[in-house]
Amino acid sequence: MAMTTEPRSDRDVTAIDQSTGRVGDVVFAGLARSSGLLIMLALAGVAVFLVVQGSGALGNTGDAVYGKDSIWGYVWPLLFGTLLASVIAMIIAAPLAIGVALIISHYAPRPVAKTLGWLIDLLAAIPSVVYGLWGINFLALNLVPAYDWLQRNAGWIPFFEGPVPNSGRTMLTAGIVLAVMALPIITAICREVFAQTPKMHQEAALALGATRWEMIRMTVFPYARSGMISAVLLGLGRALGETMAVALVLAPSLLVSFNLITAEQSSSTIAANIALNFGNASGAKIDTLIFTGLVLFIITFAVNFLGRAIAVRGVAKG
Amino acid sequence: MTSTSIRRAIVPGIAALTLALSACGAANEDTGSTSVDGGGDLSGTLAGGGASTQQAAMGAWAVGFQGINPDVTVEYDPIGSGGGRENFISGAFPFAGSDAYLTDDEGELSDATERCGGEAPIQVPSYISPIAVAYNLPGVDELRLSPQALAGIMAGKITTWDDEAIAEDNPDADLPSERINTVHRSDESGTTENFTDYLTTVAPDAWDAGVVETWPTEYGGEGAKGTSGVVQTVENSEFSIGYADASQTAELGQALIGVGDDFVEPSAEAAAKILEASPEAESASDTAVIYDLDFATEEAGTYPIVLTSYLMACQSYDDAADGELVKAFVEYVISDEGQDQAAAEAGSAPLSDSIQEQSLSIIENIG
Repeated sequence: MAMTTEPRSDRDVTAIDQSTGRVGDVVFAGLARSSGLLIMLALAGVAVFLVVQGSGALGNTGDAVYGKDSIWGYVWPLLFGTLLASVIAMIIAAPLAIGVALIISHYAPRPVAKTLGWLIDLLAAIPSVVYGLWGINFLALNLVPAYDWLQRNAGWIPFFEGPVPNSGRTMLTAGIVLAVMALPIITAICREVFAQTPKMHQEAALALGATRWEMIRMTVFPYARSGMISAVLLGLGRALGETMAVALVLAPSLLVSFNLITAEQSSSTIAANIALNFGNASGAKIDTLIFTGLVLFIITFAVNFLGRAIAVRGVAKG
Repeated sequence: MTSTSIRRAIVPGIAALTLALSACGAANEDTGSTSVDGGGDLSGTLAGGGASTQQAAMGAWAVGFQGINPDVTVEYDPIGSGGGRENFISGAFPFAGSDAYLTDDEGELSDATERCGGEAPIQVPSYISPIAVAYNLPGVDELRLSPQALAGIMAGKITTWDDEAIAEDNPDADLPSERINTVHRSDESGTTENFTDYLTTVAPDAWDAGVVETWPTEYGGEGAKGTSGVVQTVENSEFSIGYADASQTAELGQALIGVGDDFVEPSAEAAAKILEASPEAESASDTAVIYDLDFATEEAGTYPIVLTSYLMACQSYDDAADGELVKAFVEYVISDEGQDQAAAEAGSAPLSDSIQEQSLSIIENIG
């Protein structure tokens, strides 16, 4: 540092200090800090709003909770439906998204991978109401033969009891639509994470005689594990909160039902239920609906925390 | 470096400023032309909202009213009856549309009276429309349903199309032995309320869930969002039956409903007759023309499943300009011109003369 050969660099340092100056540093730090703070404030604001408005519904009974005995009797079937639809969506979307991301990052030649990535990103740009309309008018109708087949051949499983509606508007259809909607988020993140795997690790694995699949299993997956979980969690967040598409596609009832291919006995989701009923709600019913929103908020939070915990544990092990 | 970033900020800044200024200019022009233009002497924006049932008619009324008063903008937010009443009571809407009249069951009538400065709110029927029972049954062009059969189907007690209860009224129809898929509204709605009110009145044994705004879960059936959702679902799936505003179901088969010994089609004229055959509601007053529909009527040629929607307003407003606008608009809605326009555009049934006169005499006192 104090060598005689370095006077120039010393001057450079001071020059840098003077030119962009401390002002830039201070302003940027301030901006970044206030952005972070703003997010916290927004989140806190939502939480406070939900608690203040929703807690009034805790004692609601009868008409105010749409004819149920208590608020919990109203929330539980909705919560169940929300989780069911999201789980179906994740079961379909997660493997699919990871597969697509692998194709893009490791298998396909560059131009193909680029186009595919671009197409997947485009899925994210489609408004959810359009997904809903597509779900009703195209997907649901075309799934009817498949549902009929399921009912005939697997009807003894409670999931596929039926009866199958000719419109095809079922929990499974809603799950599939949600899966398609969550696909771009999961794929985009997985793709980025997979691409970050150190080249050295991969080449080392290949050099040891690993096949491509073995290389991916031994180097890419362990490295990307926490990123993949984050990606699936973000997708799950989208599925949990999706409103319009589900409200259109699902034929909801207020009950707990594992029957996936019927319109008669199909659970509803919290977000869709709010969208369906808020317009005509007044007084205590509004509190009830906001309370269901609070429950969704808490569940989303819990799911995220859980996921992070799993992700962190995975890293510590590896 | 710094200068470019400043320039970057300036360009959109100027653009925003220009927009804001031009918006001001437009607003100025509007107010300026009022005094010059002789078409109508009203100006301003009238923003109300409420029942989505009135949405189509409201569009027609807004256009018609603005044709007479070019400087007035009428906005109607179809947030639902409950939302309409809520916003009317809170004072956010100067007028509101609602399928249900104000009652004191949840204190709404008192709240509305308080909002209107202690004067009873005005409630007049603005929109009457038949609720059609629409079906999708290939090869069956005419379907007659007795009230008992309809209630049985909707309650999930009659499950196949060739059931005896349906077949006996349709000796000529070739009814398939398929499962009946009943379609209902999945959202809380005034249409469901009116429909179940009808079922409860005419067939309390078959339909024992009472009058509800949300379809009872235990009766099954397929839920669909909004009138359009129900129509679309019936259209998409064969062997379905559902209920929806008749103006939206023209493409589908519409069942003839049993009234007395007759079977009546859901036409506007047949629907309009029901208000005349119905008694006034208990809370009807000098300012509220409201009815409890007599669904069990046996009067020939009356279509009994009808949705009525009301407009509510105050007798006086803090802002006199608001009062004038509301008065003129509601007057227009109730007038022959307004009712005819709604009939043409939204398929509603025009009000009868006596109800129209009574309503107009109430509206006269706004201001």
